[in-house]
Amino acid sequence: MGIANIVFIVLFLAGSALFFVNARKIRRNILLGKDTNRSDNKATRFKLMTLVALGQKKMFSRPIPALLHLFVYVGFVLINIEVLEMIIDGAAGTHRVFSFLNFENFKLYDLMIGVFEILAFLVTFGCLAFLIRRNILNVKRLVMKELNGWPKTDANLILISEILIMGSLFIMNAAEKNLGSTYWFPVSGFIAPIFSGTSESTLHFTVEFCWWFHIVGVLGFLNYLVISKHLHIALAFPNVFFANLNPKGKLSNLQNVTNEVKAMLDTSFVPPAPKEGEVNSFGAKDVFDLSWKQLLDAYTCTECGRCTSSCPANKTGKLLSPRKIMMDTRDRLEEVGKNIDKNKGSFDEDGKSLLGNYITNEELWACTSCNACVQECPVNIDPLSIIIDLRRYMVMEQSAAPNELNLMFSNIENNGAPWQFSPADRLNWANE
Amino acid sequence: MTELKIKTMADFMATGEQPELLFWVGCAGSFDDRAKKITKAIVKILNHVGIKFAVLGTEESCSGDPAKRAGNEFLFQMQAMNNINVLNSYEVKKIVTGCPHCFNTLKNEYPALGGNYEVIHHTQLVQQLIDDGKVKVKEGGAFKGQKITFHDPCYLGRANDVYEAPREVLQKLDSELAEMKRSKAKGFCCGAGGAQMFKEAEKGNKEVNIERTEEALTLNPNIIAVGCPFCMTMMTDGVKHFNKEQQVKVMDVAELISQANDL
Ligand code: SF4
Ligand code: SF4
Repeated sequence: MGIANIVFIVLFLAGSALFFVNARKIRRNILLGKDTNRSDNKATRFKLMTLVALGQKKMFSRPIPALLHLFVYVGFVLINIEVLEMIIDGAAGTHRVFSFLNFENFKLYDLMIGVFEILAFLVTFGCLAFLIRRNILNVKRLVMKELNGWPKTDANLILISEILIMGSLFIMNAAEKNLGSTYWFPVSGFIAPIFSGTSESTLHFTVEFCWWFHIVGVLGFLNYLVISKHLHIALAFPNVFFANLNPKGKLSNLQNVTNEVKAMLDTSFVPPAPKEGEVNSFGAKDVFDLSWKQLLDAYTCTECGRCTSSCPANKTGKLLSPRKIMMDTRDRLEEVGKNIDKNKGSFDEDGKSLLGNYITNEELWACTSCNACVQECPVNIDPLSIIIDLRRYMVMEQSAAPNELNLMFSNIENNGAPWQFSPADRLNWANE
Repeated sequence: MTELKIKTMADFMATGEQPELLFWVGCAGSFDDRAKKITKAIVKILNHVGIKFAVLGTEESCSGDPAKRAGNEFLFQMQAMNNINVLNSYEVKKIVTGCPHCFNTLKNEYPALGGNYEVIHHTQLVQQLIDDGKVKVKEGGAFKGQKITFHDPCYLGRANDVYEAPREVLQKLDSELAEMKRSKAKGFCCGAGGAQMFKEAEKGNKEVNIERTEEALTLNPNIIAVGCPFCMTMMTDGVKHFNKEQQVKVMDVAELISQANDL
């Protein structure tokens, strides 16, 4: 075992360990949310996950980005086999350890390398097209104001890194071909001539350099995931699995309200005592008041903006953007997580909250609860449920509803209708 | 015009009878002048096929939908529990609603509070009646050759995945059914849901109903068909905004069927 193998093993272990530490933090942050039961109907959930996450079903309502995304997705998943080979090579000091798969009468390894090259080409093509859509064509949902700053940089960084990682593979193979390698290189075969006349030592250096670039790039990328919207490549699966299976129109029932209302209507009803440490508040003010599924939603959001581009409020110039609701939830949750890290495991009250510091009343009151955002989301995120929970807090804890809505409430309370009509006149239509 | 035959649950109770169906009228259907016409159209259809149905009359109260969507879960549950008390005391089993919001709330949100009923929307009922041959649409009826576009109510469509019932009904009218670009699961809201009906819209650069009506009008329809009293208000206002009320009518699916049969 040479020094290079030791360096590789150390790098690999450090990179993986860092990833696990950060992944655990994300898990911890998600579990700050309240409990909600999503372990029923496993078969249905599994089917949904297969269709929507694995099969990308909802992406295909917009075919062009769906196809480009499919290239990147399939390429990304399958090329991991090659990454596995590189890890073994790196640790054991072998070269192309899977090449034994080239059998006498069937060159399986050639086929694999060739297919990976084609996939890598499609990934590169997809990423380039995505960069163009974001930065030159300025596709509307990809340049909206909530993406200014980090989100825009994040998106471009992901695409550029993917192109570089794939590029290093091509250059490596091209240099190797010039060293006499006879594997099937359907893509890098085309660029191999750029190395003609290059000295053998330079070629060897190029192969080595690209190999390290690729594998360090992959490790870097793995660790980049946790601070990026790219986390969806992992979380899309659990997120779809645990998605709400009810009809979209059904909003959650607040059990603590049910207890109070029952106690009001029936004096003999004794509401169950709240669990220890639980404050009986209504709706959500901060990330702690949301469910773990809503927080998982926030980490899964890819910031694609399909929700926002179909939101009637956003379409007509209102402040509301369901994508921003998800981004805000994640940002606040990250802030809370960092606070907990700094305070050795407990949250130090910072006087901030999701409602108010991140999401304003004006945004929330613009929602028509039309469910277009929920329908459109390719990974089954439910921005509406967060909007409703925040509204509940505004109305029931802060009495901060717009006046017209307060009037509507008192009409319902007094007349049993949202307008000021007498309940005694309810059947008048029959005789008019 | 024949007299409408309407009995309340209390009327049935007095004679010891149980109706097949409860017609949940809803607040808009009871009080809003335009929506009352939809209510009557539904009653005409029910009378025409001779279904034994009842209304709650003055015992009906707001389903609580706008309160719930606005975040007032207290008020919603108060309304729901009171309504459930009434419905359960009459042993109601099957309900048809004239409003997708009531439909959604009764169907999906009442069970958690003890109200379990079979709930359908009036377009589903009409579709069933047509399928069963109980309602026949006359050939070459009033709407023959007219261009109709259907605006999906969010609470019937996306909220409950009912897209085909209203369309199947409209197809029976011998007219041309034109789809807007944003229809079915991609349908665009009229702007009234989520308690927006009861407040001014937040600051923006356009009203939602104007955006939607504009889209419908690009098809040059004779009729914009709706299935919700709130959509009715929003689309009617939208058509007025574009000064098209002479050319384009906004009508509920139930009204179309009842008029096609001269009910
Ligand atoms: S439910 Fe609300 S946030 Fe979602 S698309 Fe409709 S109006 Fe926009
Ligand atoms: S919530 Fe869904 S649709 Fe909206 S930006 Fe995030 S991933 Fe895209």
